[in-house]
Amino acid sequence: MANESRRQQSRGAKSGRSPWREQAESYLSHHHKVARDSARRLWQSPLASMMTWTVMGVALALPVALMLLLASLEGVSAGWESSARVTAYLGDSVSIDEAQALKATVTDDSRVAEVELIDRDTALEEFRASSGLEDALDYLDENPLPHTLLVTPSESSRTADGVEMLLTVVEGLDGVERVQVDLGWLQRLNAMTDLLGRAVWALAMLLAAAVVLVIGNTVRLAIENRRDEILVAKLVGGTDAFVRRPFLYTGAWFGLGGGIVALILLQLSLWWLSGPVERLAGLYRSEFSLNGLSLDGALALIIAAMLLGWLGAWLAVKRHLDDIEPGEIAGG
Amino acid sequence: MIEFRQVTKRYGSDHTALRQVNFGLERGELVFLTGHSGAGKSTLLKLIMVMERPSAGEVIVGGQVLNTLPRRQVPYIRRHIGVVFQNHQLLFDRTVFDNVAMPLEVMGTPARDIGRRVRAALDKVGLLSKEKMNPLQLSGGEQQRVGIARAVVNKPPVLLADEPTGNLDPDLSADIMRLFAEFSQVGVTVLIASHDIALINDLGRRTLTLDHGRLTAGVGAAGSWHG
Repeated sequence: MANESRRQQSRGAKSGRSPWREQAESYLSHHHKVARDSARRLWQSPLASMMTWTVMGVALALPVALMLLLASLEGVSAGWESSARVTAYLGDSVSIDEAQALKATVTDDSRVAEVELIDRDTALEEFRASSGLEDALDYLDENPLPHTLLVTPSESSRTADGVEMLLTVVEGLDGVERVQVDLGWLQRLNAMTDLLGRAVWALAMLLAAAVVLVIGNTVRLAIENRRDEILVAKLVGGTDAFVRRPFLYTGAWFGLGGGIVALILLQLSLWWLSGPVERLAGLYRSEFSLNGLSLDGALALIIAAMLLGWLGAWLAVKRHLDDIEPGEIAGG
Repeated sequence: MIEFRQVTKRYGSDHTALRQVNFGLERGELVFLTGHSGAGKSTLLKLIMVMERPSAGEVIVGGQVLNTLPRRQVPYIRRHIGVVFQNHQLLFDRTVFDNVAMPLEVMGTPARDIGRRVRAALDKVGLLSKEKMNPLQLSGGEQQRVGIARAVVNKPPVLLADEPTGNLDPDLSADIMRLFAEFSQVGVTVLIASHDIALINDLGRRTLTLDHGRLTAGVGAAGSWHG
């Protein structure tokens, strides 16, 4: 009824402003107002808000810090994987021509980037030069070394699994006697980062749930504090969405603050740790370095924090707002 | 505008607040609802506001049968019903203006229309000069008038009042009643629950009387009552 009359009124009074546009503008300005009002309320109780933000910040910073550490570790193992090469020792009876043919076969494999053939004579020369056993080698009747293929995996196969697969393929070739690759410690590191990765995700889930509950509880208190307002809003025809809106914004603002606190904590601990980490990595001659959050990562963290806050508020609102019905106002 | 057909409201199994209540209110009518305390006055108002649903019978407001109204439609019905309470239900964390503006904000009225309409409503109840004050700074009578301004700011076709003069002295009560009469003259259906018999008799309007949940007087239309 009222809507209709207003629509007609605005149509008559201001041509050019379509009613739906007017409606949309007032909807947006209402959102704007509610968002600002919710933020102001948080600001008005700085100590309580700060505490909630800090709790959220710590809960968010912990899993993110672990994830960053993991990413750094994976960077290390990726560096080593690129240097992983498969060494295939051919049988003694394999001639140099057959070795050339084998090399061609292996090169054709898409998982292989490069194959180097070291024939037995070259190998012996190298061995002689590097081992210092020249005299001893002279006593040998014949060259004991086989032809050798040095297989470098293609980029996409430079993972522990990829190398493993390549290993089996090369091993299965006719004429290949023994295949060697030093993957043991790489696999162990990978297994460890896998395990750590899962543990971090589990921890992240638990802490996210904790964040949702903390925000939910805080918003529940806010709902109790604004009980009268909710009653009146429902009395004068406020929809559920209207009544919920300020609290959902409150949750999102809590999330924003928590995300920012988490970012600050991360940067501080990174700054505090970076010196010792570099020294330790230097001792291991490792390229390892602790990486902070990228801009995208920081944005993702803040957005995730706001979503968690919103979700917590939504749960609280769902749970407690429906209980507040204006029935009790009018008395007996 | 408002019609009750054989409306019964039971709370639990032992308490029956309303028994087969029948009546109808026309557009622009001003009607009193009276009865001893616990007679069912508030229950009747709550049924119109869809704060409660009838156990049996039909409640019809503005042609809309409220019994089967889905929960999510309830707010839209309430926007067409202004309510005034004995204890005003004003919010003390905001100004008089913001209190009165609430029904408009709920409806998504554009900001510039809100200012105009709130001031019009405050002017109507004679409180235009106090729009920036906190309701706590106002007297009881003024608070009640702020409540009335809020109830009528979105020009609802129905206005309900639950003991609107309960806490006021006779002069102020008469003022408030005059306001209600003015609203009914411009077509608003006004239903006032009150046990202030003297005031009701002074005004000589149609009166619905409830006694233990039964409507004992005032069932007929306005004309026949005045006779």
